[in-house]
Amino acid sequence: MMIKYIFYFLAFVSVFSALMVVVSKNPVHCVLYLIMCFFSIAGHYVLLNAQFLAAVHVIVYAGAIMVLFLFVIMLLNLNTQSEPHKSTWLKFAAAITSGLLLVILVGTLKGSETMVMPVGNPNAGLIKNLGNTLFKDFLLPFEVSSILFLVAMVGAVMLGKKEIK
Amino acid sequence: MQSNLYDYLPILLMFIVAGGFVGGTMFVTHKLGPQIKSKIKLDTFECGIESQGNARIPFSIKYFLVAILFVLFDVEVIFMYPWAVNFKELGLFGFIEMLTFMGFLLLGFFYILKKGALKWE
Repeated sequence: MMIKYIFYFLAFVSVFSALMVVVSKNPVHCVLYLIMCFFSIAGHYVLLNAQFLAAVHVIVYAGAIMVLFLFVIMLLNLNTQSEPHKSTWLKFAAAITSGLLLVILVGTLKGSETMVMPVGNPNAGLIKNLGNTLFKDFLLPFEVSSILFLVAMVGAVMLGKKEIK
Repeated sequence: MQSNLYDYLPILLMFIVAGGFVGGTMFVTHKLGPQIKSKIKLDTFECGIESQGNARIPFSIKYFLVAILFVLFDVEVIFMYPWAVNFKELGLFGFIEMLTFMGFLLLGFFYILKKGALKWE
């Protein structure tokens, strides 16, 4: 069963690169590991018969979002000497909140032990079938997403633009 | 799924060629050219002038603004792929649907233009 081995390989790569994102000291290295993580997740999408989603994931996340991440790193001015000192209380609070998130995630996934990989229609993720579902069954969420875009645009402009005098 | 695994062969081939090109050029340039290593040769330089300071200086937020607006319109275009493939099948209904979607985004676009967010001044 070749797909099984591909899955294990992809799972290993995604978990490893995700861990390296957290562990790496250099923020630019973190971004590079995140790109690796995104590519392996795109591989998972292909295994789950979501081919269009995989392509979009590579285009949008690995292409566009990563540029944004690099910009943010440049904007934050992360030099080793100007690294802000984190107080013990802040670390304590971060440990508690992330620990709670872990509990929630584990609790949610524990209930779905019996979940199996959908093997029904191998063409379900192709662009034609996806479009049919998106524009007929999920019409309202699609239209609402345009309002989400509008809100994001207004928000970005409000935050990033000084008023013209 | 098992049978159409071969459909991904061209994609795999493309990835191999892309990776091979990067790796190959790096290997060739490091191995073939003459190598002279001296203090001056390995110095970082900038148009012949000695470089000053750190490259990690905070730069204008305008770059970030342009990038984030690009991402939004990028995602918008991606929504048009499944629509374009099904254009005839969806008919007028799909067309109106897309017009509504584009209308909201154009509203945002005009807002951006009116606010002058893309002006560089």
